[in-house]
Amino acid sequence: MTHDLSFWTLQTLNALQLSMLLFLLSIGLTVIFGLMHFVNLAHGALYALGAYIAASVAATAGFWVAIVVAPIGVALVGVVLYGGLIQRMRKSGPMAQVLVTFGLIFALLDLTRIFWGDLALAMATPPALSGQVDLLGVSYPAYRLFIIALGAAILAALALALSRTQVGAMIRAGVDNDAMAACLGINVERLFFVVFCVGCALAGLAGAVAAPLLSVTPGMGLQILIPTLIVIVIGGLGSLKGAIAGSLIYGFVQTFGAVLAPQLASVLIYALLAAVLVIKPVGLFPAKG
Amino acid sequence: MKRATLATLAAATTLALPAATAADTVDIGLLLPFSGVYASLGNEIEAGFALGLATYGNELGVEIILHREDTEVTPAVGLARTRKLILQDDVDAIVGIVSSGVLGAVRDLVDGAGVPLIVANAGNDEATGEACSPWITRVSFSNGQVNRPMGRWMAEQGIETVYTLAPDYAAGRQMIEGFAGAFTEAGGTILGSDFTPFQQTQDFGPYIAQAQASGADALFVFYAGGEAISFVNQYASFGAGDDLPLYGSGFLTSQLYVDAQGPSAEGVITALHYVPTIDNPENAAFVAAFRDATGRTPSEYAVQGYDAARALVEALETGARDRETLGAALRQVSFDGPRGALAIDPATNNVVQPIYVYETVTGEGGMTQIVLAQLPAEADPVNGCAMPSMPTN
Repeated sequence: MTHDLSFWTLQTLNALQLSMLLFLLSIGLTVIFGLMHFVNLAHGALYALGAYIAASVAATAGFWVAIVVAPIGVALVGVVLYGGLIQRMRKSGPMAQVLVTFGLIFALLDLTRIFWGDLALAMATPPALSGQVDLLGVSYPAYRLFIIALGAAILAALALALSRTQVGAMIRAGVDNDAMAACLGINVERLFFVVFCVGCALAGLAGAVAAPLLSVTPGMGLQILIPTLIVIVIGGLGSLKGAIAGSLIYGFVQTFGAVLAPQLASVLIYALLAAVLVIKPVGLFPAKG
Repeated sequence: MKRATLATLAAATTLALPAATAADTVDIGLLLPFSGVYASLGNEIEAGFALGLATYGNELGVEIILHREDTEVTPAVGLARTRKLILQDDVDAIVGIVSSGVLGAVRDLVDGAGVPLIVANAGNDEATGEACSPWITRVSFSNGQVNRPMGRWMAEQGIETVYTLAPDYAAGRQMIEGFAGAFTEAGGTILGSDFTPFQQTQDFGPYIAQAQASGADALFVFYAGGEAISFVNQYASFGAGDDLPLYGSGFLTSQLYVDAQGPSAEGVITALHYVPTIDNPENAAFVAAFRDATGRTPSEYAVQGYDAARALVEALETGARDRETLGAALRQVSFDGPRGALAIDPATNNVVQPIYVYETVTGEGGMTQIVLAQLPAEADPVNGCAMPSMPTN
């Protein structure tokens, strides 16, 4: 089957859109890991929670309120989780952390089922973003362009904050060597707390943004977890550059794999993951060289 | 003297009979997923089943004791729960099973133990094909059955070329096979088929663009659950419906998901064995009663539970009370229900039922369905089923 240029433009936009969605999700997870050496598998469950909060709020207050409320709501849940569980688990080994956060996935999953029921929820795209926009010779859904733009904006904001602000410098120092950073008078514990909350808020934002595109079901957090982990492993732990690179690779491999080798679509990304682990086990752009 | 004794005895027996009937009990296992991704289907089937028992089972004079077991979506769990029902609870029959995987896992157990099983969902073709059993009666549907008539119908509407999409697992492939076989037989051409990674596909955009680029007259898909909602929403967002109208297996726009799809589902034409707007008195009564009981409109899963209960009651009405007699009676059940006339095909034990082509449209209280055509009921091909006669003592 031969395709013209507009077909490839369309698929490139599809790939970018998927990448940006995964970026919103993986950046929080990777920075939490890089800074705190904490494996938070419940990140996907927080994303699902964000989608549920957004769908409920959007039903009464509309999309734009929902997309603001959901990250705040999920960050508040993050505060509770941090105070109740994660602070206590900081000193225990990674295996205990993985087990506790893995358990959290199912606890949160059943809580969403109890609160919101088993039936899938809907969240409509806002009127301003429904319909298509003509861009580069193709007609593309406006909402997908919004996701690409939002992802790019968050990327720019985070890059600026990490490289140009004092908090950014403290975070980079903490990722690099937390003991030394503490010696230099940085309150590393408080920094951890702030980063954890921001990571949770971004997961909530990703859920809210994904809700109109996907369906809001209790299992959505589990389904997104594996792609997110793949992104982080390919990109390298703890770095912004790794998260965006991993997301782009995942998005493009998935999208173009589906077009060029549909029979291999589900295998390609795992093959790439295996290749990265063999050739460069720390990922492409790890925070610590 | 002897004659008189006999007469007395006969009279006594006749007198005793109603009393004995009143004290009759049967144990029924309800084997459904109440947790996991299919929990919503399990709850819907259970609600339908409860309503069916309440509607038809009251004047039976038989006390039905229900044993409720959660299969989750795990074949191993389903097998363990079935074993418990058969060995510990000593049930006379089992009703339920949503996932084809679970059905495959328990098939040999119920067949070997000789326990009648009424399948209330799982649609894999083999269950009433090469793996058929005289003990397993299906009142729901088979994957091929729902889609074959749609292939013929679409060809009759003048659609010449079709692109197909479905998730890459057994049911997805069987649904598309059933459709594509009938469509090509009726003179149509399949321009391309993609199977998307099951439960791993977040973005259907690449596949939708691919289908659009194929230049086909129409797109035929099967998706269910969360994927059905994502797919229909994403399809609508691309505005692809103008030059590539969307058709599908009716699970795509099931009553269970159509509220979450909203206006995105407008104009999608699909085929299924049940829609809530079928026009017959049984269905009107069923829809009204279900709304009273649950506050929502019943889906095909609810009617499957409802008809499973009715099949059970009809079998009990013949006087069947134990595994053997129930098993034999269930195979002969036939009635007019919300779906129209239902019967069990003796060659495969699968239900024979009409298929409805329907369009999803915006109604007064949300999305609703208009039935475009009722396609005649036909029995599935035997598919390698050599039905053994039921073993008798």
